[in-house]
Amino acid sequence: MVTLNVNGQTHQIDTHPDTPLLYVLMDHLALNGAKFGCGLGQCGACTVLADGQAIFSCITPVSVLQGRRIRTLEGLGTIDNPGPVQRAFIEEQAAQCGFCIPGMIMRAQALLERNPSPSQAEIRAHMSTNLCRCGTHMRILRAVEHAAGAMRSGAASKESKR
Amino acid sequence: MIVMREAFGNRLCVHYCGAQGSRMRNGRFFLHLMVALQLGAATMLAGCASQPLLPDAAPGLSFDPRAVARGAQLAAIGNCIDCHTAAGGRPYAGGRALKTPFGIIHGTNITPDSDTGIGRWSEAAFFRAMREGVDREGRHLYPAFPYDHYTKVTDDDIRAIYAYLMTREPMRAVPPPNKLPFPFNIRSLIAVWKRLYFKPGVFRPDPARNSEWNRGAYLVQGLGHCGACHTPRNALGAEKKTEYLEGGEAGGWHGPALTAASPAPVPWTAEQLHKYLRTGLDDLHAIAVGPMEPVVRNLATVPEQDVRAMAIYLAAIAGEPSPHRRKKAQDALAHARREEASYPFPDRTDHEAVGRGGDRAYQNGRAIYSGACAACHDQGRQPTSGAALHLALGTAMTIPTSANLVHLIMEGITPPDGDVGRFMPGFASELTNEQVRDLVAYIREYFGRAPAWYDIEDEVRKSRKELSERNGKAKG
Repeated sequence: MVTLNVNGQTHQIDTHPDTPLLYVLMDHLALNGAKFGCGLGQCGACTVLADGQAIFSCITPVSVLQGRRIRTLEGLGTIDNPGPVQRAFIEEQAAQCGFCIPGMIMRAQALLERNPSPSQAEIRAHMSTNLCRCGTHMRILRAVEHAAGAMRSGAASKESKR
Repeated sequence: MIVMREAFGNRLCVHYCGAQGSRMRNGRFFLHLMVALQLGAATMLAGCASQPLLPDAAPGLSFDPRAVARGAQLAAIGNCIDCHTAAGGRPYAGGRALKTPFGIIHGTNITPDSDTGIGRWSEAAFFRAMREGVDREGRHLYPAFPYDHYTKVTDDDIRAIYAYLMTREPMRAVPPPNKLPFPFNIRSLIAVWKRLYFKPGVFRPDPARNSEWNRGAYLVQGLGHCGACHTPRNALGAEKKTEYLEGGEAGGWHGPALTAASPAPVPWTAEQLHKYLRTGLDDLHAIAVGPMEPVVRNLATVPEQDVRAMAIYLAAIAGEPSPHRRKKAQDALAHARREEASYPFPDRTDHEAVGRGGDRAYQNGRAIYSGACAACHDQGRQPTSGAALHLALGTAMTIPTSANLVHLIMEGITPPDGDVGRFMPGFASELTNEQVRDLVAYIREYFGRAPAWYDIEDEVRKSRKELSERNGKAKG
């Protein structure tokens, strides 16, 4: 039995401790945002957050994640109420087939939580672990910048409302 | 290439000295220091602490394009650009911080800028720097600049390198000041170090050996300065001449022994060394990473026969493997082939240690390997991008320190910016320090088949600190 905290909820999962998180998310928790792209930590389609850090869920066995705060795409917002990064990707129409996008969003979320004003170079360097086969890169980069701006002004307006 | 290596804590010492380690190391250091200081006083009295300023280069120098082209290749073998270029900086304009056990030294600007580079350096001044380790103004250079190797370079080759450097684009750039605590900030004391450990002189071929061996020896001992990272150093940072190529350090990575003491699971042949030095990849060994990556990138640009000569010489240094080593190589290959053939359900039955069930750290490491590493590493290296060398064949598992394996696990392998190349994810975000420790210990035991490392936690902590310094606020 493995205990995992995913999107704020605790789950008891009956699985072998070697099992990579990706398969637990899909098979046990029906959280299908994270995708299987390569299973080798090479493409980033499986990216989720653990304690705010972007990880490849396809090469992270659940045994190492007990006690860590895991967040997936589903934890950032809903269809009716998307989070700021999701909203930015929608507004910039930053998807073609969409397969890489959940990983891209999670990766961007990790960046913006640590660095609210990344430069273009920093965004590119940070996002470089995630591959997109459709060539949507420019829109993805715009979406990340857009999200950064939205999160900064959202934080600013929260401050001014106090 | 980072040259001033770990002198106090030579990793090989950890096993021999144990708890006495730091006291013994300090004792040796102070002995060396006392001897050095006494010689220093004598030297300074003799007035040898500095050399004369040399006159400026004549203006309007021109160079034979063939010499410049030749100089470019020689500078590639010497890997000048690596230490003399800052991260993201202009080529040869200096500024790179080299961490040494004695403090931080910054690579100088060797573009032909008159004020901040070597624009005013005559050929004679350049010769003196390469042969004697003295700059144009007459000051001794820190041996982080490996003139103890470059002294062997022939006149023609030094001239060609001078031609190459003097025809680079001049860039105005002043490197940051060095951060060397007393007494290492006193340049004239280097005269003492030189008196003790440095003998200038051009390479002399060995008449008992053929020309290819001699060419290889000349390149490896001279411009290649391989010993700077692959030879152990004493407490004052000088290479131990009696332990040539018996293993050293470079910027936090271990440079394995290239002699008969080589820890490589599969002994290197000359052909394998040639392929590795030229392409960074040989079938039965790990890819060139860390400090070897720029070395190999440079050697891809120099004449094929030069790389071949270096490989011939290095294979001769290692000699024929002993029957014991050959047996170990067969075992390692058999281990790798068995697990590769039975992928994705690797046959580990005859290798699993009996009675390790109760060892939580071992089982933890085994589970982490299974979930995080096996997908790529159990397959063995395939032509596709995804699969990786079976760990029974990797030298990182068999060297005396966990440093290299920790680097690889924490940082992964990324091709240099913009280049195509093999990629390994780093696991610093996926794993905690304790998890990395258990994984490393498991890999050492199961794949390395060697005694436990004692430096794992230190290396993991160091790596984590370096990563967070490097990534700063952009880490996600």
